[in-house]
Amino acid sequence: MKKSTRRALGAASFLFLAATFLVSPAFAAEVPTNVTNIFRPLSIPAQAIREVSLLVLAICAGIFLVVGGLLAYTVIRFRQRPGDDGREPPQIYGSNQLEFAWTVIPIVTVFVLFLATARTIYDVQGAIPPADALNVTVVGHQWWWEIRYPELGIVTANEMHVPVSESSKRRPTFLKLESADVAHSFWVPQLAGKTDLIPNRENRMWIEPLQPGTYVGNCAEYCGMQHARMLLRVVVHPAEDFEKWAAAQRQPPVDDPQARAGRDVFFTTSCINCHTIKGTNAMGTFGPDLTHLMSRETLGAGTVPNTAEKLRAWVRDPQTIKEGCNMPDMQLTDTELNQIVAYLLTLK
Amino acid sequence: MATQDIALSPTAETSLPFTARLHELVVTVDHKKLGLMYIGSALLFFVVAGSLASIIRMQLILPNNNLVGPGTFNRLFTMHGTSMVFLFGMPMIAGLMNYLVPLMIGARDMAFPRLNAFGFWMFFFGGVLLYSSYLTAPGLAGAGSAPDVGWFAYAPLTGRAFSRGSSTDYWILGLFVSSVGSIVSAINVIATVISLRCKGMTLMRMPLFVWLVFVTSGMIILALPPLSAAQIMLLLDRFLGSRFFDTQAGGSAVLWQHFFWIFGHPEVYILMIPGWAAASEIIPVFSRKPIFGYPVMVAATVTIGFISVSVWAHHMFAVGMTAMGNSFFAISTMLVGIPTGIKIFNWLATMYGGKIRFELPMLFCIAFLFQFLIAGLTGIMLSVAPFNWQLTDSYFVVAHFHYVLIGGLAFTIFAAIYYWYPKAMGRMLNKKLGLWHFWLFLIGFNLTFGPQHIAGILGMPRRIYTYDSGRGWEIYNMISSIGVIFQAAGVLCLVANVLWSLRRGAPAGDDPWDAWTLEWSTTSPPPDYNFETLPEVRSRRPLWDLKHPEDPDWKYE
Repeated sequence: MKKSTRRALGAASFLFLAATFLVSPAFAAEVPTNVTNIFRPLSIPAQAIREVSLLVLAICAGIFLVVGGLLAYTVIRFRQRPGDDGREPPQIYGSNQLEFAWTVIPIVTVFVLFLATARTIYDVQGAIPPADALNVTVVGHQWWWEIRYPELGIVTANEMHVPVSESSKRRPTFLKLESADVAHSFWVPQLAGKTDLIPNRENRMWIEPLQPGTYVGNCAEYCGMQHARMLLRVVVHPAEDFEKWAAAQRQPPVDDPQARAGRDVFFTTSCINCHTIKGTNAMGTFGPDLTHLMSRETLGAGTVPNTAEKLRAWVRDPQTIKEGCNMPDMQLTDTELNQIVAYLLTLK
Repeated sequence: MATQDIALSPTAETSLPFTARLHELVVTVDHKKLGLMYIGSALLFFVVAGSLASIIRMQLILPNNNLVGPGTFNRLFTMHGTSMVFLFGMPMIAGLMNYLVPLMIGARDMAFPRLNAFGFWMFFFGGVLLYSSYLTAPGLAGAGSAPDVGWFAYAPLTGRAFSRGSSTDYWILGLFVSSVGSIVSAINVIATVISLRCKGMTLMRMPLFVWLVFVTSGMIILALPPLSAAQIMLLLDRFLGSRFFDTQAGGSAVLWQHFFWIFGHPEVYILMIPGWAAASEIIPVFSRKPIFGYPVMVAATVTIGFISVSVWAHHMFAVGMTAMGNSFFAISTMLVGIPTGIKIFNWLATMYGGKIRFELPMLFCIAFLFQFLIAGLTGIMLSVAPFNWQLTDSYFVVAHFHYVLIGGLAFTIFAAIYYWYPKAMGRMLNKKLGLWHFWLFLIGFNLTFGPQHIAGILGMPRRIYTYDSGRGWEIYNMISSIGVIFQAAGVLCLVANVLWSLRRGAPAGDDPWDAWTLEWSTTSPPPDYNFETLPEVRSRRPLWDLKHPEDPDWKYE
């Protein structure tokens, strides 16, 4: 086998392996994973994006093989060899035919690529919400997500719950994106491409998840100090489970008599300036709604798991867990701290 | 002749006392000295900004690493990006333009020598001003420290409400001042190219290098003022209560993004075109053939210049533009690929059928061609707006633009340094050390930025100071950080080589590479007045005509 043929085969098999890595898991994947590969979409818009992406990848891989191969061939074939006679090679100044060819071929390629691109842009951006689509408003804050369900009267934070979409009953979720302070970006790779949340502006996007489970994402626009700790979870439920979750969230907060002491501390400190507990005097909107705090998986927008121990550490001094976050150290005594945490733990 | 001997003798100059030499640097209006001062300070900022990047990579080598906190990290990437673009890229190309344009067109100096000196000092003090922000750290002179808003400084993060202290003001003023330097140096290049070409050098006989930096200079004049204007508006917002970008009072955050990217995208080409310019001189010389399709190369560059001002919003596919807007910026971006492709093919055709000599400048150019090919292809992927919705602001973009700006620009800058150092210093750079630099940097660069493509595809966002384990990003970050060690070692070899060869390098002679453009017809280093008598040219390769009277270029052009 000639050296150049071997090299071409090597390059081809590398690309084949790369393609396998990108494509094949998509067919194997049944559930969302923590490894948020954009080539393993589990939602309609993300799948549309993958389709056009694979086309682009294929075209680019072809170009890479041809041009890279030519380049390697040229460098090796036309190197100055030992014992060269030192004479200058033939001086070629150009060729109109060749240059015409490598102008026209790219123009055709670009044309094809643009048609595929435009089709996907209009498919994704032009989607019309069906009458029974779920509407959710997401408000970006430094450094957490406020999630509102205007039709259901639910307000929660950092974890969005939506129903799964089935072929028998399609149920997309349409998001209205806003920001309370600086620009953020909503990105859950397996559900959809990203869309920014920009203050003084209303953006829209949609997702249509096809598998139940928890999808992970991040804020994808630099938004200051704790941009890294602004994680996002989308929990996708089967239809009936979603109704159950919604019903539970609509319940008034638990008022456990045993946690009265903590409740009193909570309502007499400045906690209530920033946090809401529905149906009480706590009506602040700078921080996450705490009505059903303990139904959430994490604290600090995905910074730590929401356990009793972590919750206590968080309330004692959030700055040691998430430096720079907007919740101050409240200088609570140990008794107050225990009481407040005991109260918060009842907010299921 | 005796007087001339004294003026030319290098020992006479170096034997001046240190203060006198320093004084000479401060008052000089010589385009060659200013060019070298530009390049020297650019390399200095390159080392500083590179060190900042090394700390960034060391922080990200492991998940949940605690080497630096979030505040420090954000300052690191802000200062790294800002410095690399404004304090390495811009002065480096200004230095190359200043040094080479008069020599290549057979002129004695730039059109406006004093303006030239003014431009350099504006850039230099702009850089110093930006870095002096570190001195305002808490404990020194109040709250502040270095800017932490990213090199793009998106509103409203830069507003009074979210950026307290003076760091953003340092960012605004430092860049504003150094931008003034860039603009006047661009005006100077344009005036020089138009009015000081030697006899016989028509526009279409200029070396490609001159053509390309001519286009770049035009783009600088178009692109930098919008940034400066936006920075002034931001300053008004911060100090005089205007409301351009203050969203809480009805201002527009997206307006800043438009201003920034209508500067920011042409800026990428402004940086990249001088790299292409150097490659367009080096590849022919080391392939022993003239550049393939000179008129098409010129046309492609001018076309890129025009298209580049209509693609800016491809940085904003995720801000929620209409489908029409997204489609427009997708197609305009894809169109850039056509002239860029033509360039790659023409370089390839220049090498094809040649006798390629693997000297250091050529090695860097070959690596540049491969890496720039990859950068171009990932660029095509990013131009596909839906793909971009996934890839933008992820590590894929970080990988992409480092393949453009390091794999493309830095490699051609290194090629240019190895190629023209003998002309500027009269001594060759050491080849062995140069090969170490080449291989270490080549391996390190690809180790660092190759895996970042995959990290981005797996959902890793940019500008995060830490990440949890279990997201599949660990291995790619680990490899990426290890690559930095190779890159740093490579740069160390370059710096050592540049300093060592000043005194110990082999004497270069006038024309060590057997090249064809006018700068190789004068001595190395060239005298203050460049040419004893101004040359007269009849073709694009005057020295080829001289060396091959039996087969001169002017017969064919």
